[in-house]
Amino acid sequence: MLRYLVKRLLTLFPLLIGITLITFTVIHLAPGAPVEMQLDMSPKVSAESRERLRKFYGLDKPLHVQYISWLGKLAKLDFGRSFSPDNRPVMDKIKERIPVTLSINVIALILEFCLAIPIGIFAATHRDTVIDKGITVFVFLGFAVPTFWLALLLMYFFGVKLNWLPISGLHSLGEGRLSVLWWLWDLAKHLVMPVAVGTFGSLAGLSRYMRSSMLEVVRQDYITTARAKGLSERVVIYRHALRNALLPVITMLGFSLPGLIGGSVIFETIYAIPGMGQLFYQGVMGRDYPLIMGILVIGAFLTLIGNLLADISYALADPRIRHGQGQGQ
Amino acid sequence: MIRTGLLVSLFLLSFAGCDTKRDSPVQTRRGPGTPAYGDAFVTGSIGEPSTLIPILASDSASHDVAGFVFNGLVKYDKDLNMVGDLAESWDISADGLVITFHLRKGVKWHDGADFTSHDVLYTYRVTIDPATPTAYAEDFKQVKEVSAVDAHTVRVMYKTIFAPALASWGTAILPAHLLEGKDITKSELSRKPVGTGPYVFTEWIAGQKVTLESFKDYFEGQPYISRIVYRIIPDNSTMYMELKAGGVDMMGLSPVQYARQTDTADFSARFNKYRYPASAYTYLGYNLRNPLFSDKRVRQAITSAIDKEEIIHGVLVGMGQVAKGPYKPGTWAWNPDIKDFDYNPKRALQLLAEAGWTKKNGDGILVKEGRSFSFTILTNQGNDARLKAAQIIQQRLKQVGIEVKIRVIEWASFITNFIDKRDFEAILLGWTLGQDPDIFDVWHSSKTGKKELNFIGYKNEELDRLIVAGRGTFDQEERKRCYWRIQEILAEDQPYTFLYVPDALPAVSARFRGIEPAPLGLMYNFIKWYVPKGEQVY
Repeated sequence: MLRYLVKRLLTLFPLLIGITLITFTVIHLAPGAPVEMQLDMSPKVSAESRERLRKFYGLDKPLHVQYISWLGKLAKLDFGRSFSPDNRPVMDKIKERIPVTLSINVIALILEFCLAIPIGIFAATHRDTVIDKGITVFVFLGFAVPTFWLALLLMYFFGVKLNWLPISGLHSLGEGRLSVLWWLWDLAKHLVMPVAVGTFGSLAGLSRYMRSSMLEVVRQDYITTARAKGLSERVVIYRHALRNALLPVITMLGFSLPGLIGGSVIFETIYAIPGMGQLFYQGVMGRDYPLIMGILVIGAFLTLIGNLLADISYALADPRIRHGQGQGQ
Repeated sequence: MIRTGLLVSLFLLSFAGCDTKRDSPVQTRRGPGTPAYGDAFVTGSIGEPSTLIPILASDSASHDVAGFVFNGLVKYDKDLNMVGDLAESWDISADGLVITFHLRKGVKWHDGADFTSHDVLYTYRVTIDPATPTAYAEDFKQVKEVSAVDAHTVRVMYKTIFAPALASWGTAILPAHLLEGKDITKSELSRKPVGTGPYVFTEWIAGQKVTLESFKDYFEGQPYISRIVYRIIPDNSTMYMELKAGGVDMMGLSPVQYARQTDTADFSARFNKYRYPASAYTYLGYNLRNPLFSDKRVRQAITSAIDKEEIIHGVLVGMGQVAKGPYKPGTWAWNPDIKDFDYNPKRALQLLAEAGWTKKNGDGILVKEGRSFSFTILTNQGNDARLKAAQIIQQRLKQVGIEVKIRVIEWASFITNFIDKRDFEAILLGWTLGQDPDIFDVWHSSKTGKKELNFIGYKNEELDRLIVAGRGTFDQEERKRCYWRIQEILAEDQPYTFLYVPDALPAVSARFRGIEPAPLGLMYNFIKWYVPKGEQVY
């Protein structure tokens, strides 16, 4: 087992380097360079100052030299400095954005599971009834409705018309003067709409998954046995069927872990939430290579680790994988 | 994000430029009240500032915020005359080559240090230092030498007479005592600036807001409004809802918002709307290297076939005016007597016939020597107004037998693959205008090189001479003669079809008093704005 783990860990490095090499090449293929994005169409800028900026960012060197110097810094866990005019370390920029995105995504994920699982069960136990069809329409509506449109409608209704909720941002002005409880209450009010919109949009996938998994399980012999024993429907579903039906859904939870640090550009932009989605989008629009690379490397690393964890847990759960490895050696 | 041609002018206020004659602001329904200190002014910004050291920034959000924190030596007054800011006065030598600035005495930096000529020297040196990644070194290219006569006198010597030189000293003066000997690109001042301006920087929460507090010792007096908050709201619709809900106090409205969506009694009671020409114009530019457009009669014909009023109506709901040259109507450099080619399809056909386009093919498209008159208008993605304008032009030109195709291209690709390679037939774009009328960079025939802005390849010897003459004197009357003649030449040559000058349409919460729209815009007298005690919100 230890051997398997070490082997897997070692393969991570070439994989990661491969990923960075490809992304580095691809983002440099896109038209426009950081310097141009800042200076294009500005009459004040001479060829000389353009060259000055290129030199400052090291863009005058050949691409492979740029890549190697970037990789060298990465080895020391240094993501370099942003190519935007603020020239701040990429790590600082990412660090101030991650908490926001992470907390919103965690809240939305918890809500999603808390809502989608009961919805799925309910739909399965009321299969093909009007309620089941109604639920289907509802969750697919959430899936199909454009986020920005729904977000704007909610903003107009709850923010402008009723004036119940703040429209955008994370805090009211002058939140510094409020007590901790007020601060939390204020933050919660700001998060209601973005979290609700985010959750509504993702209900469809998980609840449909839950429903079909449940339908699969209730066809099994042991459920028939349980019913034959004369157990109440409630006990059959929630004690016997649910445990097994939940297993594949738990796997889904594993898959959604790397996505936790990725923010949605659309709703972060509409709700003026300073998260990872906005940061990445700005990075791409400004051709801020170190920032783009930094975010992609973190994403790639988390995905690889996520896969590894999944494999390890399979190996732990399934003796065939473990033993298969052992025989091969 | 919508990109226009960014002409970074010295005083990049978002609502600069105003013509009071044309459309007086909606009258304030509330009384003037008494000036009082206090309250906050909350405004939204689509983009987040990048750095608050102005010489390193090239985006308007950064310059907007820094404009309250820093001062230049000179500035424009409300009627666009050059006046002193940190300089009390200045003398220009008889030969026009030496400018001597007499600095204000007793001015303090926000940290309490004294402002002296040393700061001016430092700002000049760091700007021209090849190690500084600034886009503004060009401003000082004509400078031969800068020296400090004493602590409050600075002398600048020029190689040649250069009229925009004076305005270039409107650049933000940086604190030498905090920056000298340090690497400006790694200075914490980019996130925590220290200036001499009316507002002191207090806080910047990344991605959310920048807060400024009034400077009690400001040399023009303490501003009435205690705080300015820039909220970063990347989406325009969100900003509009924030405005309606009271979350922001000012925003620039879109034409549709101005004309149709804010016409309610509730909105008029809570906000004052203003309307004046923006410092920008939109144009259709022709690649003059293309034989199709080399004959000026053809370009004149296209202009005659386009109904500019119709475009303003269709694209801006009437919130703009016809452009006939590269200057803002109402400014001294603008020539009001210019007659270019009004909408007249008959004249268009006549001009085309003179140029040899007489026959039409089966589809009704003009043909000459086996080639049909068809071209593509390129414009950038994300600017709906430009796309609509192109579509209206397409319809009109079809009526005189010219086939137009439209292609919309993402900004970076638009620049790299089409503008830089000069691979286009016609483009629909816009320029924003600075306060100085010098147009060397866009129109002089020496500016057709790589990455340079005369990308249509326009060459006219008389125009070149006039441009050089116009920047070579400080005498405004003489400059005016040059620029008025320039507009006559451009109107005759039609290298661009100048389309329209859009209106700036800001709405400001009615609790703010003391707003006096002027040719410079709204924000120039911000330190005199106030909210009467009873109406203060924050």
